[in-house]
Amino acid sequence: MTGILILEQALNGLQFGLMLFLLASGLTLVFGIMDMINLAHGALYMIGAFLTAWIVQFTQSFFLSVFLAVILTSLFGMLLEKTLLKTLYARDHMSQVLATFALILILNESVKMIWGTDLPLSAPDYLSGPVEIMPGLMYSSYRLVIIATGLLIALLLYLLVSQTKMGAWVRAGASNRSMAMAMGININALFTSVFGLGAALCAVAGAMLSPLLAVQVGMGENILILAFVVIVIGGIGSVWGAFVGSILVGCVDTMGRSLLPFLFREFLPPQWASAAGPAVASILVYVLMAVVLFIKPQGLFNQRS
Amino acid sequence: MSSTPPQIPHNPKTLTHAIGLSLILGLALAMPYLLDKLGLDYYLGTLTKMMIYGIAACSLNLILGYGGLVSFGHAAYVGIGAYAVGILISQGHQNAWIDIPLAVMLCAGFAFMIGFICLRTRGVYFIMITLAFAQMLYYLSNSIKVFGGDEGLSIKSRLDFGVQLSSKSDVHLYFVVLIFLLLSLYFIHRIMNSKFGQVIKALKDDDVRVDSIGIHGFKYKLAIFVIAGAIGGLAGALMVNQQKYVSPNLLHWTQSGILMVMVILGGVGTLSGGLWGALLLLTLESVISEYTLHWQFYVGWILLAVILMAPKGLSSFSVLWSRVSKVGQFKHKARAIKP
Amino acid sequence: MKFKKVLALSVIGACQLLTLSSIQAADKVKVGFVSTLSGPSAALGVDIRDAFQLAVKLNGGKLGGLPAEVIVSDDQFKPDVAKEQFEKMVKREKVDFLTGVVFSNIMLAALPETNESGTFYLSPNAAPSPMAGKECSANFFAVAWPNDAYHEAAGQYATNKGFKSAYLLAPNYQAGQDSLAGFKRYYKGKVVNEVYTKLGQLDYAAELAEVRAAKPEILYTFLPGGMGVNFIKQFMASGLAKETKLIVPGFGADQDIIRGVGADMLGVFDTSHWGMDLPNAANKKFVAEFEKEYKRLPTLYASQGYDTAMLIDAAVKASNGNLSDKDLVRKNLMEAKFASVRGDFKFNTNHYPIQNYYVREVVKDAQGRLVNKIIGQPIMTNHGDAYVQDCKMK
Repeated sequence: MTGILILEQALNGLQFGLMLFLLASGLTLVFGIMDMINLAHGALYMIGAFLTAWIVQFTQSFFLSVFLAVILTSLFGMLLEKTLLKTLYARDHMSQVLATFALILILNESVKMIWGTDLPLSAPDYLSGPVEIMPGLMYSSYRLVIIATGLLIALLLYLLVSQTKMGAWVRAGASNRSMAMAMGININALFTSVFGLGAALCAVAGAMLSPLLAVQVGMGENILILAFVVIVIGGIGSVWGAFVGSILVGCVDTMGRSLLPFLFREFLPPQWASAAGPAVASILVYVLMAVVLFIKPQGLFNQRS
Repeated sequence: MSSTPPQIPHNPKTLTHAIGLSLILGLALAMPYLLDKLGLDYYLGTLTKMMIYGIAACSLNLILGYGGLVSFGHAAYVGIGAYAVGILISQGHQNAWIDIPLAVMLCAGFAFMIGFICLRTRGVYFIMITLAFAQMLYYLSNSIKVFGGDEGLSIKSRLDFGVQLSSKSDVHLYFVVLIFLLLSLYFIHRIMNSKFGQVIKALKDDDVRVDSIGIHGFKYKLAIFVIAGAIGGLAGALMVNQQKYVSPNLLHWTQSGILMVMVILGGVGTLSGGLWGALLLLTLESVISEYTLHWQFYVGWILLAVILMAPKGLSSFSVLWSRVSKVGQFKHKARAIKP
Repeated sequence: MKFKKVLALSVIGACQLLTLSSIQAADKVKVGFVSTLSGPSAALGVDIRDAFQLAVKLNGGKLGGLPAEVIVSDDQFKPDVAKEQFEKMVKREKVDFLTGVVFSNIMLAALPETNESGTFYLSPNAAPSPMAGKECSANFFAVAWPNDAYHEAAGQYATNKGFKSAYLLAPNYQAGQDSLAGFKRYYKGKVVNEVYTKLGQLDYAAELAEVRAAKPEILYTFLPGGMGVNFIKQFMASGLAKETKLIVPGFGADQDIIRGVGADMLGVFDTSHWGMDLPNAANKKFVAEFEKEYKRLPTLYASQGYDTAMLIDAAVKASNGNLSDKDLVRKNLMEAKFASVRGDFKFNTNHYPIQNYYVREVVKDAQGRLVNKIIGQPIMTNHGDAYVQDCKMK
């Protein structure tokens, strides 16, 4: 096990964490401001991926397709919010959980009916080679682009939330919704915009990760749970918390998966070590959440008053 | 001289209730022979599976419906029960009278530990932390290759109950599950109609108030959590017995979601709501998938409709119905009291 | 409350009656086909199915002279779903033959459903090593190859070529374990590392980083279907191809992988029991008809599906359509008197094939398409498997 290996895995962890952040940030804003648990958030991630894979057949340009898919997903998200999700704001959490669970079933099958269970999507050819970022360390150029995209969006989100008027409204709404309404903020428009933004972020993550994973129905379910863990760790309503939480979870998960088997191979047969490694990494993520909740029951950077 | 005391009218509701229940029970007992005559004996397995899910859903209804605790990790107990019995059978221990109690107690133990930690939280944190524990167990079962790992565990034979209720293994199992189902329903009925049940229902409405009158709400919540986990484990034990297979998927959070769906469809906070929800959902799946692969699409819409329009599940419809029928009852009572 | 119950029950009862299956007719062959037809590895199940149905079609919709009914269903790459499908095929449809599954773990989970009825299962792909030995079964026939075989051939090839160090990678399930065990059985060089990944895993960044750190001379991976496509793409993207030579079994280099990866596949070496260019008449007909019907080149999976159908055809014909005499059908399945697309076909006592294995290279054909070409003499001839002595059937 070399330093290069650890560094490479740390980069992979950062890459995954940043994409997780895109999902978690939208989720935490929706939860923080609208007090709604939205299980269908993962479905938006899936829709973004499928739209990209479908559009690229016509445009032949990866990034143009991502751009178009993001816009379409965002519009779809806002439509969903205005028609269905609106009715759930006043309901209790259990109803929200069940209604959005039903939505997952509907959306998964709808995608299956339109496009089938999966679509192929490759990274653009000009990014299919490696880059030597350090002597002895070759890293996939596409993954570097993912990291760059993630960091750029994180920066833009930060500027949006902290420097703009809309950001101020968002922070006010997350902190105390009724007070924000009393202060005259157009809460309906704000909710729809926040949801649309969340959907757009999901679509970016879905599109960017697809060449590495696969565009398939049900791809949202696994990453959704991790996103929830992230926002619980980071504090509901806090974008900065989502950022810190995502990087933490991304690194623990990725580095755990790859480095733990090395440890286990010292005293377990290879099949067992290979199975135990990822499992323990996943368990560690949940242990991390439990520990954070124990020390700071409202998450690291909770916004709610 | 003799004055006849006013006749207490025979409540027509309990009589029809009794007739209805006996009809259903009779149908249930006759089912294996009926299906065999119709050449549909394949469906006995399906019915058995529905009843097992019914037990699991009823156990969730205990904490979700009656207790108001949104546990997103209930599938974990079904899974633990299933793996416990599965592992015991694969190691050669097939005595049902040892295996099932062991599995149930193991689940109760897990529920105690998990509940002890989770019940200290509230709201979304409770949901997340119950989910977290279920996921941890899911990953654990995925990783232990000795018990199959992600390939699951296949077992070669079923539990031995000492007495065979039928020469055909599937029919025997059907009756075994039916007996356990009736026992579970009776047990739940007795709990929820006792003083203990009253406290649980009160806790659902307002647990701060309960604490303020001196009852230690936490102990009651933990107790119902453990009972629900134990009955869930029973369902799991029966499930692995029927399927002769258990896989980590049984513990996945989407399975917890499906159990919640069953509770909602069947009636939150009613005795047999879980059973009806299980029957309905699995029948819908079975029927719709004959015509299309996309049965989940239709079930999703039905579920959405139920949640948006009838928040307490199908029992809301029965509330409406009983209101209508109460009008009829008053008329009947009025007539009876007249001399 | 009572009304609701009765209503619900009537609905449920009515629904159950709606799903009555068709009354089974005699005088036809019913084949249940359960395979992976969706998801990243669907191409494999689809090829087996398409080839099987092509064989039936070329036979005039018949197998062994009897009209054939092939009932197809998707296991969705999930063992529990496969188990349910097997149960339906055996108990409800009452099929005469069951076949189709691609992946060993799925097959092992579902196969017990056939125990009670004794339904014949003919595997067009998965053939796990335990079932070649201790757990061999009279009703199980592996029509393709023993799981270890391609990997044993590859190990022999690597030894012949004198590669000094090898890094091994396979998914963590029965076939994955069989694969690396097979490779190690015949590879005499140094095994630098033996890594098992999660079945269905699609992101190999971590594993590739480890390979780079270990610096082996060759990398041997068994990653069928979507796993292989993703791995090879990521392997090429990481620049490792310059440092380490990739060797794969046929599963890692056939048409489905070529379609997914593209031009980077040129020059890859792999091992298989079959190639499109095998010169026997049955193969020439198969390849031509497959391309004509489906407008794509067949994979080795397709060849296996075709052979399975032809085996059923031969066995039913030899039994004179007497499907209820299971012992007769079993004997005729064992004798396997059919013209296989791979050339000569023979079952060992454990119902696993004894056959040749070849080394293939991915080259451009006359039309500029990437295809696998058999190189040289068979690397193994009349090769059985390492487990037959443990099988109780003689």
